[in-house]
Formats: sequence, structure tokens, C-alpha cells
Amino acid sequence: MTNSSTFGIKSFGAYIPRRRMLRSAIAAAHAWSHPSLKGLAKGERSFCNWDEDVITMAVEAGRDCLRGLSSSDIAGIALASTTAPYADLNNAMVVGAALSLPTESSANDWSGSTRSGLSAVIGACRAAGDDVLVVASEQRSGKPASAQEMNYGCGAGAVTIGTGDDVIAKFLGAETLSVPFINSFRKAGERFDYGWEERWIRDEGVSKLIPGAAKRLLSRLNLAPDRTIWFGMSGGGAGADKLVAKVLKIAPEQVLPDLQAQVGDTGTAQPLLLLISALECAKPGDIILIASFAQGGEIAAFEMSKPVPATGRCGLAGSIAKRIEETAYLKLLAFEGHVELEWGMRAETDNKTALTQLYRSADQILGFVGGQCSSCQQIQFPRMPACVNCGALNTQKPYSLLDVPAKVQTYTADWLQYTPAPPLYVGLVQFEAGARVLMEIVDVGPQGIDVGTPLEFAFRIKEQDRMRHFDRYFWKAVPVI
Amino acid sequence: MATGIKDKVAILGMGCSNFGERWDVGYEHLLNESFSEALSDAGIERKQIEAVWLGSALERSLGNSAIPAATALRLEGIPVTRVENMCATGTEALRGAVYAVASGAVDIALAIGVEKLKDTGYGGLPTLGKGTLNDIWMPYSSAPAGFAQLAAGYRAKHGISKEDLKKAIGRVSWKSHQNGAKNPKAHLRKAVEMETILKAPIIAEPLGVFDCCGVSDGSACAIVTTPAIARALGKKDLITIKALQLSASAGREWGTSSWDGSYVQNTRNAAKAAYKEAGISNPRKELSAMEVHDCFSITELVTMEDLGVSEDGHAWRDVLDGVFDADGEIPCQIDGGLKCFGHPIGASGLRMVYEHYLQLQGRAGARQLKNPQLGLSHNLGGVPYNGVCAISIVGLEGR
Repeated sequence: MTNSSTFGIKSFGAYIPRRRMLRSAIAAAHAWSHPSLKGLAKGERSFCNWDEDVITMAVEAGRDCLRGLSSSDIAGIALASTTAPYADLNNAMVVGAALSLPTESSANDWSGSTRSGLSAVIGACRAAGDDVLVVASEQRSGKPASAQEMNYGCGAGAVTIGTGDDVIAKFLGAETLSVPFINSFRKAGERFDYGWEERWIRDEGVSKLIPGAAKRLLSRLNLAPDRTIWFGMSGGGAGADKLVAKVLKIAPEQVLPDLQAQVGDTGTAQPLLLLISALECAKPGDIILIASFAQGGEIAAFEMSKPVPATGRCGLAGSIAKRIEETAYLKLLAFEGHVELEWGMRAETDNKTALTQLYRSADQILGFVGGQCSSCQQIQFPRMPACVNCGALNTQKPYSLLDVPAKVQTYTADWLQYTPAPPLYVGLVQFEAGARVLMEIVDVGPQGIDVGTPLEFAFRIKEQDRMRHFDRYFWKAVPVI
Repeated sequence: MATGIKDKVAILGMGCSNFGERWDVGYEHLLNESFSEALSDAGIERKQIEAVWLGSALERSLGNSAIPAATALRLEGIPVTRVENMCATGTEALRGAVYAVASGAVDIALAIGVEKLKDTGYGGLPTLGKGTLNDIWMPYSSAPAGFAQLAAGYRAKHGISKEDLKKAIGRVSWKSHQNGAKNPKAHLRKAVEMETILKAPIIAEPLGVFDCCGVSDGSACAIVTTPAIARALGKKDLITIKALQLSASAGREWGTSSWDGSYVQNTRNAAKAAYKEAGISNPRKELSAMEVHDCFSITELVTMEDLGVSEDGHAWRDVLDGVFDADGEIPCQIDGGLKCFGHPIGASGLRMVYEHYLQLQGRAGARQLKNPQLGLSHNLGGVPYNGVCAISIVGLEGR
């Protein structure tokens, strides 16, 4: 070991949307024009519900990462993505507000390339400052009938980085390469990536650029030859990771799964998800080597320093396991906005958000913080000046409802009201702590819901303002799987 | 000590337009239709009206304020006030006019309700804003979705199967279609088979199309005065107001664990106060007929328990036993109800009183009940867990 620093990863979390489209369903829909897609039609890919985006996925990964930790200890948040919803509005700030991070914490968006996820991790490690949360989140969408549509996936990974005895994976070092090897690009405002030939990327790009950087890093680290190295690489295309591993003399079984079978390529989030998959299987003393190829690339090394403490996190494996199988290809097209369906007049509602009101109630709306009456102790949402139970005035103290166990009290499936994912499940949610809130219930699987169904909560888009393009976020209930 | 409203105010005249998809007319014509009938029925002239309460729930029907109604009916130089309390709006208009007369401030007042829903372009009700805070967090669900949740709560509390409850709520609608077929002013005037009702497409689980009331255009009104003035104007066998009560949610049902989802607390509050005001101790025996807010079939079913005419957990059996049929123990929705007469929101509360007014005078034609004495009207605005309930009871003077 060459680096005695105890700086590194202290916690991790992941989020993969529950919706998984069978690739065979995509290929079948395109069989009339693109029969060759059948060759890619194995496994499934994750895609976002209509109300999920980079911000909502980042919040879920961040929550998973911070489980058991205090958000008040986080001094900053970095959000990496090439598909964040806002060009001018600090996306990381919104994620931080939903995670109830201190208002004094920093919030930075990282973007410009799919390698920015790993860049943000390396940046935080090199800064060696107070604990920060790094989240990479990507909502990837391919043009219908493209290979990207088959191979891309959506998801988010998060790590906290800092120093102290609770570091589970020490940062050993990193290498960066910046070269004009334009493997793919997407101009600002365009919807789809444009990529060059995969064989050129693999043979002329990945194979020639990454091993050199990796060798420089490994040589610097001067590791003993018997060390177990877990290797994962994003951005190189199918099989490129194994090709590089071979050059580096890393055994094929030490190459981390590329997540293609269940998730797809999640772009900026991919290197973090690979890192997390390594954290979930590595033993103390193991080395984790993660590369992210894009116009050169980043490569970083970590050393597992202790077993991962149990925090109740879902993690990557847990998040992958929470799935709803989808075969209706049109649903993917509709959710991603590739087809415009006729939703009738109810979809015409003007969803203008009063930004004044949003600011006044920011902790309630973004953080799901209700109130507790200091007179009768009733927990309630929203937090109004007068207690819902005893009527006492000005007795409300903030009370977070986020992780309070809850169940369905009443519900219905509404086929009349407009929602991009009918039916709209709505009902009264009863919290164990005594609060009750009328909520939308989403990601209801084929098993349905009934009175008593256990619920958890997810940060989602409540409504989209199609006139001004400001999405309104709030929390929705999700059946516990 | 307050003495309540019982017998302090009499109905001098009433009117009600035809309800339905009135493509041919605007709100001004609808107002005129009910107003003309009421003036003629009351036997007075327009200038004798001293104050007016207009009920109109949706701003898009005729705009804000009562000025459009004052203009349509040329009610010049007198107080004309618009009231709005969701689907209880019609009863609110009546409450305003009745209280004005009872206070002695005026001798004759008009309550008129109207809604022109079929100019909105919607099949059901349009989505309405809920205020800047609620808009940010509260789900926008449809009206049927609000009431459909009663079905889940009712099933869970009383251990009733989905199939049995579906059959019972279907029977509620079947009965109203039977009644509506006999009402020439009703929106839907056709009897429907049970099988058709049960197999209809789902709107909000478990409510199908036939579990939902008609969305209609229409207007209804009442001219009220004191019993003494009514008699001086030559009226006999007066019909008087026995009770007018209202209860509004303050958040408890949907903000605490106190409510189990199987009933409507506002109805229970308003009914208790109304029975006290009217001097009724056994509603099932004393009421001759009920016009309740059957916006959805499940609403009417639980309302039978909330009004105390069925025991808790037994309304679904009473419905299936025909207790509320035209020839049953206590007829409900003898005019077809919201289901078939229709539901032009601001007019509905007054339309219900109109039916009792006709029944009590023996003028209800093919639907006429035998010897009615007291009629109860019931409006629900909003949703079961966050809304308003208005109850009015009218009857023969001295009853």
C-alpha cells in the first residue's frame, strides 16, 4: 500500500427504477423494420416512470446512502449527470433540500460527459475536506429502434466521502486522460446521443487508452502481486471491460458485472454503480479499480478497509431486486416523451407553481417534514399554525415523516383524472406515528394494493408545468416490496 | 338562547329548470327558467323581492360575484350575493335567504342556484385548483376517486366482500334510474338493467359509469318569506323550513387516525344538529322522503348510515332489501337524485327541496308519495374526508 490516508468512502447507496422493460418486447415492436435488434434482445433495462428524473433518482440513492447517518454532518453535495432536468437551477441543491442537508452545505452540479460521475468522486477524494455526498444519476433515453434504446438504463448511485474510522474503502489514487476521442456526443438541447462505431471505440479507444492509465496508477500504488483486484469499467461498450482486464492481468471473475442483464448502461451513474457493486462484494484488503471511459477517461483505486456496516440500506443488489416487469413498449415511449398520447381536457390543467409558496414551505414539500404539536403531541402534515387535533395555536415543531412506517387506510384507482401512468392510485396514508396524509401511490405492481398495504415513500415529480417547464416535486407513497 | 329556524320561514314559491345537457341555452336562460316558474308559483312580482342569494360553484359557470345573475334577472338596486361552498352551494344560497327573512331584515328573499357545466367541455367535473400550498402537495384526483375511497374503508370496517358491495351500490343506481324515468324534468329518464350497471367501465375503483351522477346544466330557486306574510298573500297549507345545518371539515378526518374511512363525519354532525333543530328523534320513522347527495352510489349507501336511517354496517343490506325504493319504507331519490335528475352543482340543494315542495303539496305527478309530512335534503361538497355537508329539512307547517 502506498497511501496511508484514511480518506475515502464512508457509505453508499443506489437506486434503480422499479420499471424494467424486457428487451425482447422492444425488439418485437421494431421487428418489422429493425430485425437485427433481436441480437440485443436479452435481459431487461430499467426506465423511469413518468414522474422520475435525475433529481428524484439522486434523492433516492442519496437517502439510501445516508441511512443510519445524520444528514446534518454532510458539508456538501455533488450531483453528476448529463441528463439533469435544469440548465440553470442548481440541480444538486434540489437533491440536497430533499435530503434535508444543512442549508450551509455546498451544492455543485457536475456534467459535460458521462465520466463526470467518477470525476466528482475523485474530486471529492482529492479535496480531502469535510464529509460530502457524491451522487451520479442518469435518465438515459435512446432513439426508438437504436442500439442505445436497447442498451441504456436509468439509475443513480451515491457515496459519502470523508475521513475517519468509519471509512470503508480508502481512496488510493486516480489517473485522468483527456483526449479528443469523441466516442459519442449530444449537443445541448438535443434528445439523443450520437455515437461512432463500437469497434473503433473498443479497439482504438478503450484498448489503447485505458490500460496505459491503469498501469500508471497501479505502478504508482506498487501493490503486491497477490492482491485481489476488482475491476469495473463504464463507457467502453459490451466486453470492453474484460478486454482491458486481460491486458491488466485481472482474472475474468474479478471483473464486476456490467449490469447489462438487469439495468443497462446508466451513463454517468455507471461507474458509481460499479463501485457500489464492488463495495457489496469486496473483503477488507481487496482493491477496487474503477474506470470510466469517455474522451479519455478517469480511473480510480480504492482499498476496502473494513466490512460494510449494516444500515438497512437497499444498495445496488437490493434495488435491482425491486422490480416491476414491463412488456408494454408503448409505455416506455410515452414515459420518455417519444409519443404524445391523447389525454383529453384533464391534461390541460395549468400547473403553475407559486415559487413564493414553495420557498415558504420548502422543508415540508421537499423534505416531507410535517409538524408535531407540543401541546397534544399529534404528528401532522401539512404543518399549519393550528394543531389538527387539539386546535392549539403556534405549537408546531418540525417532524420528519420520511422514514415513519405507514400503510394504506383508504384508496382507489382513478381512471378519470389525468396522469401519464393511469390509473392514478390515491388514498389516505396512515403513519404509525399518528399522522395521516392524502397521497398518490405509485409503482403499484400487478399485486395491487388494499387497505393495510405497507408503504414507503419516494421523491417524485408531482406535476409538470408544460407552459413554463417547472416540475413540481413532492413525495409519493410506494408499496413496500 | 338560540331557538333555531324551525317554522320561522315559509316557502312562497319554487321553480326548477329542466336539467340535462342544455346545449341550447346559457346560464341566463337557465336562471330565467327556474325564476319565472317560482315567481308565478309565488304569485308575486319581481320588485317584491328584497334580497337575493345566488349559488354558483364554479367560477367558469358565470364568473365571479352575483352581478351576472343580477343582470340576467334584472334584479336592480337590491343586495344580490354569490355564495359558494362546493356541492353544498345550493343549500348555502337557501340558508342565506332563509336567515335574512328570519332575522326580520327583509320580508321576501330569493335563493337561486345555477350551474352551466356543459360549457366546460368535460365529461365529469373540471380539475380545480386547491390553493397555492395544497396545489404543491395534494394529489389532484377526480371527484369519483374522492368518494370511491369510502368503498375501501367500508369494506375493511364491515368485512364485506368486493362483490357484495358492488352489487349493493349497483342497486342504489338501479333504483334511481327507476325513479328518474318518471320525472319529466330529469336529465336521465331511462330505467337500466342491473347487469348493465355492474358491467359498466370503471371510473374509479369500484365505481363504474353508472355509479356516477349525471353532469348537468340546470337551475332551481326558492322564494321565501315569513309564514304570516305567506298567509297574507293567500297561501294555505304552508311548507316551512324545519332545519338548515352545515358542517365543514377542519382536517381531523384526513389528518389524524380518528376516521376509519367508512362514513362521512360531516353528515353525522349536520344530521345531529338538524334533527335537534327540527325536533326529530327517529328519522327512519318520521321522515317521509330523502333527497341525498348521491354524487356516487357509494356515497348514498354510507349516507343512509350517517343519517341514522340504517344501522352502521347495515345500509348495504337495506339497499338490497328495497328499503329506499319508491315503494319502500323510506323512499330516497324519488325524483331520480343527482344520479338521474342531474347535478348542476349550484342548483342541486335547491332542486332537492323543490322535489319535497312538490311532494308535500301533492304535485309530484307519477312520483307522488302518499301523505308526506317531512322531507330531508342532504348535500356533500368536497370529498368524504375533507368537505362540507349541508342538510335542510322542510315539512308541513305545524308538523
